[in-house]
Amino acid sequence: MILVTVGMQLGFERLIRAVDRIQPDCGVDFVAQTGPTSYVPTNLVSKAQFGPAEFEELASRAALIVSHAGIGTVLLAKRLRKPIVLFPRKAGLGEHRNDHQLSTAAQLAGHRGIFVAMAETELRDAISLGLACGPIGHEISPTLGRLQSAVASFVASGTLR
Amino acid sequence: MKRVLATASGGGHWEQLMLLVQDFPSCDLRFATTDAGQAAHSGKLRVLTLPDCNLTQPISALHCAVVSLGHVWRFRPQVVISTGAAPGFFCILWGRMLGARTLWIDSIANADQISLSGRMALLIGARCLTQWEHLANDARVEFKGSVL
Repeated sequence: MILVTVGMQLGFERLIRAVDRIQPDCGVDFVAQTGPTSYVPTNLVSKAQFGPAEFEELASRAALIVSHAGIGTVLLAKRLRKPIVLFPRKAGLGEHRNDHQLSTAAQLAGHRGIFVAMAETELRDAISLGLACGPIGHEISPTLGRLQSAVASFVASGTLR
Repeated sequence: MKRVLATASGGGHWEQLMLLVQDFPSCDLRFATTDAGQAAHSGKLRVLTLPDCNLTQPISALHCAVVSLGHVWRFRPQVVISTGAAPGFFCILWGRMLGARTLWIDSIANADQISLSGRMALLIGARCLTQWEHLANDARVEFKGSVL
């Protein structure tokens, strides 16, 4: 199963329409959290929003996650060791307030288990690559420990060590 | 016990906060967020709720500013940390005005420039960390590491 999500705040119909078109070629079931939208997909099991526990359960069963380029979903995929396809929102199409998702996606492309589709035409290939990738290893960020120490040090003494 | 307020909007901001906040020794740790359901899912119990807002929408921002002032006024944190976004900025703002030391950790989503809320936090004198090395500059915005 492939889990598609547009996050919790804003609809993202362009992604939902695109995966709805692609699903018949993939031979895999899709479950989608669509956010607020009037579009009714024909090839996806969809719901505007799942509760946190239900969503996590779906994500843990998924072979692949396809998502807007939101950090919450990227961290979830990493925690569950799932490959993820990122399809960034574009401010010019009214999909977000600014284009930070484009730069997030560009910066994260090439991380292990992260595949980026900048346009609808790239989505099918990115999904194939993601499905072929399989579960990823549990690699925590090499610099996370240092950042945690800096935060703890700030709380304890006000210095960023 | 040192009173510490850790605050973030729901979604990715909250997930980043969860990775960065540990059991700080001898601290009374409280959380503030816009999504109580997500906080409960993370197993956090001492959670204050904030209305969501963004700095470009004055009415929602004003509402959030008032609610966050109430929380900060009552809890009187000595330390406020936030991973964003605008609701976190307001907690930093009130914390700073009431004498807390404040730390803004800009979301890893901001790879091109520090977020608007982050720049505001800098403006009022909060310490500021970026999660992208290329966005660090002299001493004002520092890089120590990232969640990804």
